[in-house]
Amino acid sequence: MTKVLRLVASFAAVILIGWHAQGRAAGPEYPLDRFPTSKLTEQAALQEGARLFVNYCLGCHSAQYMRYNRLRDIGLTEDQIKRNLLFSVDKVGEGMKIAMRVEDSKAWFGGQPPDLSVIARARSSHSGTGSDWLYTYLRTYYRDSTRPTGWNNALFPNVGMPNVFWELQGSRGVVIEDIHASKESSAGAFMKTTVSFDANGLRSEDKQKIGGPAKEGLKYDFANPVGGSLSVAQFDDAMANLTAYITYMSDPTAQERKRIGVWVMLYLCVFFALAWWLNKTYWRDIK
Amino acid sequence: MASEKQVETTGVMGWIDARFPLTPLIKDHLTEYYAPKNFNFWYFFGSLALLVLVIQIVTGIFLVMNYKPDGAVAFGSVEYIMRDVPYGWLVRYMHSTGASAFFVVVYLHMFRALLYGSYRKPRELLWIFGCAIFLCLMAEAFMGYLLPWGQMSYWGAQVIVNLFSAIPFIGPDLSLLIRGDYVVSDATLNRFFSFHVIAVPLVLLGLVVAHILALHEVGSNNPDGIEIKARKGADGKPLDGIPFHPYYTVHDVMGVAGFLLVFSAVVFFAPEMGGYFLEYNNFIPADPLKTPSHIAPVWYFTPFYSVLRATTEDFLLYWMIPFLLFYAFLVFTTVRGARTRILNLAGVLALIGGFFIIDAKFWGVVAMGAAVVILFALPWLDHSPARSIRYRPDWHKGVYAVFVVAFLVLGYFGVQAPSPVGNAISKIGTLFYFAFFILMPWWSTIGQPKPVPDRVVFHAH
Repeated sequence: MTKVLRLVASFAAVILIGWHAQGRAAGPEYPLDRFPTSKLTEQAALQEGARLFVNYCLGCHSAQYMRYNRLRDIGLTEDQIKRNLLFSVDKVGEGMKIAMRVEDSKAWFGGQPPDLSVIARARSSHSGTGSDWLYTYLRTYYRDSTRPTGWNNALFPNVGMPNVFWELQGSRGVVIEDIHASKESSAGAFMKTTVSFDANGLRSEDKQKIGGPAKEGLKYDFANPVGGSLSVAQFDDAMANLTAYITYMSDPTAQERKRIGVWVMLYLCVFFALAWWLNKTYWRDIK
Repeated sequence: MASEKQVETTGVMGWIDARFPLTPLIKDHLTEYYAPKNFNFWYFFGSLALLVLVIQIVTGIFLVMNYKPDGAVAFGSVEYIMRDVPYGWLVRYMHSTGASAFFVVVYLHMFRALLYGSYRKPRELLWIFGCAIFLCLMAEAFMGYLLPWGQMSYWGAQVIVNLFSAIPFIGPDLSLLIRGDYVVSDATLNRFFSFHVIAVPLVLLGLVVAHILALHEVGSNNPDGIEIKARKGADGKPLDGIPFHPYYTVHDVMGVAGFLLVFSAVVFFAPEMGGYFLEYNNFIPADPLKTPSHIAPVWYFTPFYSVLRATTEDFLLYWMIPFLLFYAFLVFTTVRGARTRILNLAGVLALIGGFFIIDAKFWGVVAMGAAVVILFALPWLDHSPARSIRYRPDWHKGVYAVFVVAFLVLGYFGVQAPSPVGNAISKIGTLFYFAFFILMPWWSTIGQPKPVPDRVVFHAH
């Protein structure tokens, strides 16, 4: 009997411990930049974002729940969509699917690139919106020759995706300072590991002890990009446009919802006032 | 040949009344159902719970028209509802917000009963029906949460169903029976869908009818905890009672308007409610091969989830055993009957023995279940001479405050990732939660209650 119990208990224990352990996995995270939300209501920004999305993302990532003709929401005509954006499928009523096969993507990137239909919602967290995450992620690539793609990312370390915008942004190196409590020497001592990548991704490392008290954590210092067709400010703007589009795509009715919501709230305020008056009038009888 | 029944009404109403007791029903439950006139803010939540039930059923009907309970397409069908079904987003957000709203309203409704002793004799059965509704609601919410087939849906269900396997002997087979497979899968999705849209709602509706019938049989309690039926006028109507219709219908319409303002604000402007009503991870399709980094139940389950997490081996040894021994001591020093003493002692010893024989994980599941089931016993635990908190000794308010804080703290730490501090505080919270109920027969009798007035306290509007 005890054998059965032990078996049952250990089964439950494994599951529970597994569940519990999940919460502790969070490592040091790169601080999120704030996405300029005003972009979400600018049609030109959304259209430019759609153009970038179709040209740069849609080769590997699908957005299968987003139909092409839905882009009429952001001010495009069906004809414009067909002529300029419809690369991956034949019919404008179809979803944004891709031709890349899963086996190929696994061989090339080590995994299937996720569908991006609702990625802006999935990437939300209590430290920022999904838009903040995307806007930061797209702008924190650096060269790293130790990675198979030659690229790495500060927000999403060792990501499988290379920097697809390198032509626009250019190549850049980074200096990463990692301050952590020293494992070998006495308590209270800290180590500073400085890892540098140059614009070609060549790695160099330097370790030194810090005597006094120090704040643990990672610090990224990006170098100026070399060889991009856009300036830093222009690139940031382009990525904000792209993020605006991906955000729109994750919840296409968001703007309509808020617009209707205002009227619903106004109506309910009137309804509440009437209900309050009706109640007051009836209850006058009750002494 | 039987002749037509003689009725007072005429026309269509007369025709119906001769064949169906429509007028008597309207009289019994609306126009001549006398409710105390001193209801306050807390009394809105009963009718609001009914409103949310209707919202959930109506929006649910429309969702089922487009949702597909199939592991391969379920996630996509929800996105289809959100994007391609006209106003599908509105229906879906109303349903998802409605789920959370249901628990907000029901928790407040239950707290009202706690404040004013609405579960006390003769309302025990009314309270039991209510607790059964709460249980059904938890089952309904849990199974409904699997349907969007996102990562949280999948892994939340996986974890909770696995809890059943901690039950000795039958556990593994039981969890297999619930899942219909060795892991949560398409088979699980289909049976949960069936339970969510038909089985549980049928039981729920039956219980709601029973709850209302029981209420109208014994009459509503009120903030003063006075039986209004005890003082009737010459016409046989309670002096402090007023007809439910029109007075409380217009009153509840106002409550509905206020509720809808808040509800719509969430639906239209913050349907995710910061990740608490719609969890962010649930926008990633279910993937049986990828466990998410942090699995948390939706907010309304978190107090009970905290109880589960707090029940570790050292909690049982160093907290529960002393508590149970203290309980046994109390029983022996204050309770007379030999049978009661022996039964209680046997129970305590069986529990303590069980702590050593069976793993703490099992006791965690037991504690989580007991945290809900103990509510059923409330009418027999409360021995206070005063029904309403208004006429209890002032320090009782402190006891209630501690209980509320314990419940909220448990809820808070249930959302958070596990941490040593959180776990320690959850243990205190769990102990307070159970002590509130288990020691109620003692603490509720201590202290001098205030004099209860003959008539309800009411200030004309």
